[in-house]
Amino acid sequence: MQVIMERLYLNFVKDNRWQYLANGLKTTLIVTLGAVMIGILIGFVVAVVRSTYEKTKKLKILNLVCRLYLTVLRGTPVVVQLLIIYFVIFGSVSINKTFVAIVAFGLNSGAYVAEIIRSGIMSIDEGQFEAGRSLGFNYPQTMIFIILPQALKNVLPALANEFIVLLKETSVAGYIALEDLTKGGDIIRSRTYDAFMPLIAVALIYLVMVVTFSKLVNILERRLRNSER
Amino acid sequence: MKKMIAAALTGIMVVSLAAAVSAEDGTLVMATNAEFPPYEYHEGDEIVGIDAEVAALVAEELGLELKIEDMSFDSVLAAVQSGKADIAMAGITVTEDRKQVVNFSDTYMKATQMIIVAEDSEIAGPDDLVGKTIGVQLGTTGDIYVEDVEDATVERFSKGFEAVQALIQGKVDAVVIDGEPAKVFVQENEGIKLLDDPFTEEEYAIAIAKDNEELLTQVNDALADLKESGKFDEIVDKYIGDNADEAESETEA
Repeated sequence: MQVIMERLYLNFVKDNRWQYLANGLKTTLIVTLGAVMIGILIGFVVAVVRSTYEKTKKLKILNLVCRLYLTVLRGTPVVVQLLIIYFVIFGSVSINKTFVAIVAFGLNSGAYVAEIIRSGIMSIDEGQFEAGRSLGFNYPQTMIFIILPQALKNVLPALANEFIVLLKETSVAGYIALEDLTKGGDIIRSRTYDAFMPLIAVALIYLVMVVTFSKLVNILERRLRNSER
Repeated sequence: MKKMIAAALTGIMVVSLAAAVSAEDGTLVMATNAEFPPYEYHEGDEIVGIDAEVAALVAEELGLELKIEDMSFDSVLAAVQSGKADIAMAGITVTEDRKQVVNFSDTYMKATQMIIVAEDSEIAGPDDLVGKTIGVQLGTTGDIYVEDVEDATVERFSKGFEAVQALIQGKVDAVVIDGEPAKVFVQENEGIKLLDDPFTEEEYAIAIAKDNEELLTQVNDALADLKESGKFDEIVDKYIGDNADEAESETEA
């Protein structure tokens, strides 16, 4: 017990080392939230463009652009994308690393969100489109008021899953010397030469975040299901 | 929920027990971070450099076969502690904090932490670092000592060359890194220079697990033999100093 207390003190209390974790957590949350927002925005646009093309054969060029985006972003690892954005695209300028991380993870997540939302749109029965048109809605109105609300409800679990993955993926942000939660643990590890405490602490914090988030999504799902009756 | 926590903890314990099993007989496992020329770096499919060659000779003296494990610098000491590696040689500076967790052999190299800046930089010495953004490699002595610089923002990269790259791209004002790698980095990149005044001076040693006093004695004996026979200086000369041209031109690969 004494030993554990000493190790806790050494790893978290001494020299205010817990601050590495607290500041890291803050950065991780900022990056994740920012990336989620960019991801949803891009995802929606790309999904609507692609399903519109599939249903109406309009927006041909935009559809090609979106497919290129999906191919590149889903075909390369996020850590490589992050390094490319930091060291190549913003190669010769000094730039805020949190911003770089938000852009990188947002762009990456957007590709996955797009496919998730598209699968939701495609899962809605064709009859719903026809119903919308027969009520006098044009295509955008049908999409916004009839199709997307149903599609979103269907893909909510998959979307939640994507955001959980995203939260954990931000742990590679340390590659561009951004001090996120994982890097915070690494810094403590490099000072105390103790692998156990910092790594377990970091793991627990991620776990608590993911569990909390899953619970919230569950509640939301239940609420949405109630409205079906 | 409680059962899940218990299961998770059991899992962790099993894993850490497995990790504690020491290295196989007949091999001397060396933990290093092979991105640190001229002490250790990749060349073709081999890891070469002063540390790698000295370790090979030490292993030979002990009648063991050397096996090098390449990992990030901040994991090197943990590897020795947990028994994943027998020794760690990665240009490791002896510090009081590190002495708490591992044993150190006799020191084998004097080293300095040097400052690299852009050619047109106004930074002329360690005192000018106040308030600047400084790039370092996570867990190195440069990283640890730079924390004492007033108002400085420290950017900790996983790899030394990434810190240098950030400097070239103007993302940091200066890089504090070990002297010999610093020379190689400055030689191979345009637009950056090495300041004359070192940031700190220090000494490298081999790290060995606390509970392995026997290996510590053996390694110290082997080191002493190597120094006496002149083999040690041969290796150092090959990489640093007048005869180093050959080795350094190879690092460009």
